[in-house]
Amino acid sequence: MAQIFPVWTNKIPVYIAAGTIILVLAIVGFFWYYGSPWYTDVGYRPAQPVRYSHKLHAGDLGIDCRYCHYDVEVSAVANIPPTQICMNCHKTIGTDNERLLPVRESWSSGVPIQWVRVHQLPDFAYFDHSAHLRAGVGCVSCHGNVANMEIVELKKPLSMGWCLDCHRNPDTQLRPRNEITNMNWTPPADQVQFARKVRSENNIAPPEDCSGCHR
Amino acid sequence: MTGRRVVFYLCLVCTAVIATGCFRGLPTDNPPIHVVPDMDHQPKYKPQEAGKFFPDGSAMRQPVPGTVARGQLHDDKAFFQGRDDSGQFLQMTPVHITSQLIERGQERFNIYCSPCHSRLGDGKGIMVQRGYTPPPTFHSDRLRQIADGYIFDVITNGIRTMPSYADQVRPEDRWAIVVYIRALQRSQNAGLEDMPEELRSKIR
Repeated sequence: MAQIFPVWTNKIPVYIAAGTIILVLAIVGFFWYYGSPWYTDVGYRPAQPVRYSHKLHAGDLGIDCRYCHYDVEVSAVANIPPTQICMNCHKTIGTDNERLLPVRESWSSGVPIQWVRVHQLPDFAYFDHSAHLRAGVGCVSCHGNVANMEIVELKKPLSMGWCLDCHRNPDTQLRPRNEITNMNWTPPADQVQFARKVRSENNIAPPEDCSGCHR
Repeated sequence: MTGRRVVFYLCLVCTAVIATGCFRGLPTDNPPIHVVPDMDHQPKYKPQEAGKFFPDGSAMRQPVPGTVARGQLHDDKAFFQGRDDSGQFLQMTPVHITSQLIERGQERFNIYCSPCHSRLGDGKGIMVQRGYTPPPTFHSDRLRQIADGYIFDVITNGIRTMPSYADQVRPEDRWAIVVYIRALQRSQNAGLEDMPEELRSKIR
């Protein structure tokens, strides 16, 4: 009597096992790579209603971040400047520049410019800019080198895991208070000693408990 | 058989490498993807958000004209206006001057004033080089003798083409800037006799 199953079917369990392993690895790999905020969030660079260039203003002209975002040191939010701040200079400079048309319209009508938000935390996370600046975390740590960007782009994932990385080990991100807006500051060789000293002097203990950021 | 297997595994590795190669962080117009939306977007307004309720499209409101928040009457004329009771500008800054205050003033001056006035106060800042109306230099006899309260008033209310900086610079910081401008004026108009004896030989 002939065999019902040919010989090659002996290998079916092996194939199934190998296939399952590959499939599981592929699925895990897919979500590890494409589900990460480094993929889903980083790189967000929306077109803005005004073609404003941070590279020109903060980079080439060397205007300090706080000239426009002037509440960042005392407030939870780094305020988007009101049109009035643009007009500080642009009443005189670039009065016939087409790119500034929405700014002039906003100035005469009183309707705010609707900038598109790039750095958006979930509504249940209560981030405070002023606390981070007081501790000595520079703008560049979370926003990247904005002074080099023609259009502002999300450079860091702003995810909870990423926040906690720094809250657990802030030593690499602390800098002297007078360097917080310096985009080109490089940590000195004794950065870790410096950070330890600042942390003990100013009692910097980044919270790792839920209520540190969630209420 | 082994050759085909090698090709198969090579293909797998290549697919993995290509799939994970360089797609992270590419610039894109597409808003972030919320894999698990949770309560990321809640029906509430955060500061400076857009809102549909009011005609100007803003969720935040201006205070009703003439209203005063508790504790913000600002009736200390000397501190908030730089004037004495008769309305004259104060000759001297009404806050206690410390070296920290001067340093704070230097920092604020470099942020808010130096774009036009330059870090030296000579009125040749970067914005002037780009076409802004040049401000006068601080290093003239007229401005060396002017009252502290006058400088405070100019920062607060602006003058000629200079806009008001009342929103950007808080009153205590305005006084710090006034004090720093005084220090700048001394430093740019200093003679050898202003230096400590032991340092004089260094610059001769």
